[in-house]
Amino acid sequence: MNKSILIRSLLIAITILFLTLFLILPLFTVFYEAFKRGTDVYFAAITDPETFSAIRLTLVTTAIVLPLNLAFGLCAAWAITRYRFRGKNIFITLIDLPFAVSPVISGLIFILLLGAGGLMEPLFQKWDIQIIYALPGIVLATLFVTFPYIPRELIPALQQSGEDEELAAQTLGARSWQIFFRITIPKIKWALLYALILCNARAIGEFGAVSVVSGHIRGETNTMPLHIEILYNEYQFSAAFAVSSLLTILAMITLLVKSLIEKINLGERIHGN
Amino acid sequence: MGIEIKQLSKTFNTQRALYPLDLTIPDGELTVLLGPSGSGKTTLLRAIGGLELPEGGTIVINGVDVTYLTPGEREIGFVFQNYALFQHMTVFENIAFGLKIKKRQYRPGKKEMKNRVLSLIKRVQLEGLEDRFPSQLSGGQCQRVALARALAIEPKVLLLDEPFAALDTKVRHELRRWIRKLHQELNLTTILVTHDQEEAMEIADKIIIMNEGKVQQIGTPLEVYQEPTNPFVFRFLGRTNIIHRLEKKAFVRSHDIELHKEKSDTACLEAVIHQARTIGSMIRAELIRADVPEFIEAEFSYDYFHSLNLRPNDKVFVSFKKVKYF
Repeated sequence: MNKSILIRSLLIAITILFLTLFLILPLFTVFYEAFKRGTDVYFAAITDPETFSAIRLTLVTTAIVLPLNLAFGLCAAWAITRYRFRGKNIFITLIDLPFAVSPVISGLIFILLLGAGGLMEPLFQKWDIQIIYALPGIVLATLFVTFPYIPRELIPALQQSGEDEELAAQTLGARSWQIFFRITIPKIKWALLYALILCNARAIGEFGAVSVVSGHIRGETNTMPLHIEILYNEYQFSAAFAVSSLLTILAMITLLVKSLIEKINLGERIHGN
Repeated sequence: MGIEIKQLSKTFNTQRALYPLDLTIPDGELTVLLGPSGSGKTTLLRAIGGLELPEGGTIVINGVDVTYLTPGEREIGFVFQNYALFQHMTVFENIAFGLKIKKRQYRPGKKEMKNRVLSLIKRVQLEGLEDRFPSQLSGGQCQRVALARALAIEPKVLLLDEPFAALDTKVRHELRRWIRKLHQELNLTTILVTHDQEEAMEIADKIIIMNEGKVQQIGTPLEVYQEPTNPFVFRFLGRTNIIHRLEKKAFVRSHDIELHKEKSDTACLEAVIHQARTIGSMIRAELIRADVPEFIEAEFSYDYFHSLNLRPNDKVFVSFKKVKYF
């Protein structure tokens, strides 16, 4: 028997086995466990007011985090690719910091900074603003963890496209905002959309950092991942898996949209050439 | 009118790109900025276009001081070497861009805009391609779109930065002739940057030769070729021999050399034919001087060279039709 065929079969088998064990089996388990005690229990779990409030908090947090990250990400990517300044390399490294730091530590940073006895606590106490154990803290923690996604995608896109088209638009009399919206944005639209999807997925699923700053107040500061943990710890396995299945569905939709975008993007490039 | 430049200078970091220079570019003419790379010609063009902020000096276009205006306020059309077309827009949208982004009170109506763009497409001979994207066009077509896009805003001055450099030889020659013709029709003040002296000779009303950030000579193609004012210009414009004679340097063009079998008063320089090659309709020969080890490159018409009936290693006497000393 041919040696190369043997190696090929072996590699394919290992890959399939690994994917089955670590991806497909858990996915199946989520839905199996969720529906194990029947659809009634499933729907009761996901229509529970506390579940509902967790879903709402997750969506509200994501809705605040995404536009902020979009604005920060565009600014950072633009500054890095279009201007020369001192400390740029340090800045680029810093953008990756949330990837390197454990999310739990990210959460702790905010507690130490803004929580009781924290450095900036007196400031917020004066205005009676609650940050830790409330929505602002959850938003900050999520923001911190998801910040790198957009600049990381946009920097290469902007670098690759160069700025000749922007210069040409400038000579034709276009003002800065016209150049930005009519030339730059269309050029990087796929990278931007891709980055938003990744950022969105991470924002919905974030557990560690949010867990530290949320305070786990039921029906108030529990996001979906936190709610799942609570249900699980209370031995409500079917309910925990039911809410998990919602998150899983969201993740699958995200992946679907992502691969769809990649397909369209690829098709456009081939068509273009 | 035209363009008046006074004491314009530019430095990149510590590198001088332009020494303070004064220049007048006449209205309605096609002026070519010619020089080797690093001569400052592109920096000068970009400064006129507003893409490079000068360090000092002023630029006046048609009586308006534009030194501190943005590129868009200068009423210029700029054509880039690599076309810089908007990849996500069709040919039509590319050309219409400059009109579409105008403030409402200056923006032409939809119908007028369409007519203007279509007439430009016709002018640059791209009829039928208006719905194509730049990636579906050839290099020559792209450059014509870039030109139409620049002309759409009815600029006072057209600035072309090495517009043919990225094209193959045949297309380059066609486009050159076509730009010349277009310029005769439009009479638009035009500045073209190139490093190709043949291109400059073929296309220019007036040539400005630059080197090391300074203007070397200004004149018509005939003037700069026949009466170069310094060694750089002489050497840059054509094949040149520098012949050392009696402590002096004689500058001689390759085609200003004649060969003789007998020594005479004018033909007293002895040389040996090293090799001769046929290049199209002419012969390019390499001679070695008999007195000092110095090469002389000479060009002859095919008929002239063969009438002499010379072979390699034959002894000849060289005379010069035209010599220049600096």
